[in-house]
Amino acid sequence: MCMMVKMQERTPPVLTERTRPFWTGGEQGELLIARCQGCGRWSHPPLPLCPACHGRDLVPEAVSGRGTVWSFTVNRYPWSPTLEPPYVLAEVELEEQPGLRLLTAIVDCDEVTIGMPVTVRFEAAGEAWIPVFAP
Amino acid sequence: MKAESAAVISGVGWSDIGRRLHRDPRLLTVDAALAAIADAGLTTADIDGVSTYPGASGSTPGMSGAGVDDVRTLLGLDLRWHTGGAELAGQLGALVNAVLAVAGGLADHVLCFRSVWESTAQDRAGDRSSIVAQSQRPVVQWGKPYGSGYVTYGALAMQRYMHETGATREQFAQLAVTSRANAAGNPLAVYRAPMSVDDYLGARMISDPLCLFDCDVPVDGAVAVIVSRADSPAVDRRKAVGIEAMSSATGFDQSADMLWSRTDLKPLDVDLAEIYDGFTIYAVRWLESLGLTPRGETGPFVEGGSRIALDGELPISTGGGQLSGGRLHGFGALLEACLQLRGEGGARQVPGDPEVAVVTSGAEAFTSCLLLVR
Repeated sequence: MCMMVKMQERTPPVLTERTRPFWTGGEQGELLIARCQGCGRWSHPPLPLCPACHGRDLVPEAVSGRGTVWSFTVNRYPWSPTLEPPYVLAEVELEEQPGLRLLTAIVDCDEVTIGMPVTVRFEAAGEAWIPVFAP
Repeated sequence: MKAESAAVISGVGWSDIGRRLHRDPRLLTVDAALAAIADAGLTTADIDGVSTYPGASGSTPGMSGAGVDDVRTLLGLDLRWHTGGAELAGQLGALVNAVLAVAGGLADHVLCFRSVWESTAQDRAGDRSSIVAQSQRPVVQWGKPYGSGYVTYGALAMQRYMHETGATREQFAQLAVTSRANAAGNPLAVYRAPMSVDDYLGARMISDPLCLFDCDVPVDGAVAVIVSRADSPAVDRRKAVGIEAMSSATGFDQSADMLWSRTDLKPLDVDLAEIYDGFTIYAVRWLESLGLTPRGETGPFVEGGSRIALDGELPISTGGGQLSGGRLHGFGALLEACLQLRGEGGARQVPGDPEVAVVTSGAEAFTSCLLLVR
């Protein structure tokens, strides 16, 4: 399938204490994911408590930014007032932990496939830097 | 004695069901409630319990047509027990709760209902995306910068399933085509015109590989059933539908496992399946979790459509499901199962006097299912 690259402004997310690291780490080129300081488990979306060990010390840490496409879809419905379809949404599994998946976008790619290696990059939207992925 | 044995579904009722009815959803709810009460041979004075999903809790417009207190007030009910809320075990969790209340002696006759007015809500809001934009669900907030919608999750799940199993769109088409064929015999269904596999394959893509006909249809309407004490002298035995097993576990597999753990019946005993089909992939998930189709092989199982047709070995969505009947959120499936077991399926009646029906609702972490018997 052919995906045209369109430079469009994404809808900025609401930034809260909990969500700000994920949405703004891109300013320093970092994908920040909440990590339990007790057992090392990563969680996304970020949680106030680790589901594995019930530790409460979860800190946003930079991951490698590398992962694989777990699934994807070419969206053709105008859900967003600022994004013109078609565009590719995907679940990307980060290499740090099996099952650690992000809902995200795939950009700059003519043919997305499941299992394809991808790397994070960031697109500015308001105060936020939206993590998206490309081959 | 298990709780299920203490209760029966003594009556069923429904309101007008359709697209853009622009009617007061409380009146749709009351229409269904009064019909169910009358069908059970009861009066409003007999109703001492109410159970619903999601009730008057906050939600996007159209998701809830009435709360417990609306119905209590409008019908003048004198209640000993009630519950309503969004955090149930799937939409049919309202039935699970009602059965528990009856088994526990808190109520004798519980009015259970689900009412929606999503079609009119969309009409007023302008479109589907305007409704989604109003959602405060965290999952929606995390997807907004990427332009996600409700279909995104169905599409991702469908794509992954097709990748893992080799299932094709032609095979998925059979779910939509079978539902439409069954809807032709159901006067309550919103879409009844014939549909072919080619119609499905030519339909507008919403979010590849998910097309228009993989999605259920928002409607306005209400369904109500009465859950009564099985030993109540008021119950009409000719109409009563038994509850062989119920499940409140979270997740497709867990929900199905819990259901089978509460009965000696097996998947092969099921005469018809009213499976939740908010997206076709959810129907596939339920079929496999319940052991009604082989794991990962639902595609070949449904190919050609004969095995899941009304006269096949496993009739599904006999009234059109939500794909063609409208999104009554599990309660349309519940109604259809009851009518089939009572032999009131009319032109779409499953032949051979079906005795066992499975009904499922919800998806992923919001699931419940019932095994109903005549």
